[in-house]
Amino acid sequence: MLSRFANPARFMRISATALPWCAGASAAIIAVGLYLGLIVAPPDYQQGEAVRIMYIHVPAAWMALNAYLFVAVASGVALVWRHPLAEIAARSAAPIGAAFTFVCLATGSLWGRPMWGTWWVWDARLTSVLVLFFLYLGYIALVNGFDDPARGGRAGSILALVGVVNLPIIKFSVDWWNTLHQPASVLRFGKPTIALSMLMPLLVMALGFTLLFVTLLLVRMRTELNERKIRALRLNAMAAPMPTRRRPESAELAPPAALP
Amino acid sequence: MVNSIGAYFAMGGYAVYVWPAYGIATAVLGGLALYAWQRYRDSVRSLERLQRQLGPRR
Repeated sequence: MLSRFANPARFMRISATALPWCAGASAAIIAVGLYLGLIVAPPDYQQGEAVRIMYIHVPAAWMALNAYLFVAVASGVALVWRHPLAEIAARSAAPIGAAFTFVCLATGSLWGRPMWGTWWVWDARLTSVLVLFFLYLGYIALVNGFDDPARGGRAGSILALVGVVNLPIIKFSVDWWNTLHQPASVLRFGKPTIALSMLMPLLVMALGFTLLFVTLLLVRMRTELNERKIRALRLNAMAAPMPTRRRPESAELAPPAALP
Repeated sequence: MVNSIGAYFAMGGYAVYVWPAYGIATAVLGGLALYAWQRYRDSVRSLERLQRQLGPRR
């Protein structure tokens, strides 16, 4: 089932149709989320208006984790089944995840200053998210650091899989250690401990960010596939020089070489 | 009206934290989207150019 969609040519076809819809839906839903978060949602009784930072910070944090999980799963598929599209998916998703992680760290800092009285503390939650950011950067450096993209991809995939241990550490750091960071109030056992008027903008923004992730992933994967095709065509043209001049006479002798 | 808009942007005294947070998110995610789109457009253009140059093979 999945392998049917994992054919590069079919991927290009399907993603061409899906791309404008994902982009449009993402923009519309983020606009609704901003309206709900910045205008409709009430100020918090303790934190006042500063609570509005949450509507970016928390969805960005969820995306940071989910994007890493995506990179790791795609890396696993690339390692085990050697599927080229899985490796391209992992490679394309990593910078998007790094961007969300950076947004999470920066907005968290801006939220921590008025609420905790500090921009940064070296506690378990903050440090493990910083480690996640460095894992992303390490992965990106590694996959681009080899002349042979296949070797870089393999090395990066192993790093991505090893880094998965960091995900439960981030998730449960607020329960395992004493930390300034508050424990989970949405994704927890039992009912969320957050009012509906604040939960709604949070979930809408999370949906918008997810669609933004998918949109950017499709754009970046299509770019990567185009660039690989360009490289293959150039290599092919170099192997058979001056194809335009040679073609008229050779066309009848031999069929043109099929391109990947 | 002017006053209430002013009060809204003041964010109850947290304006210097709330607006930069939204600004950074817009700049980072918007910048990434713009960059990704430009690279995509470039790749489509040079692929088309290359395929024209190589002639109608395949």
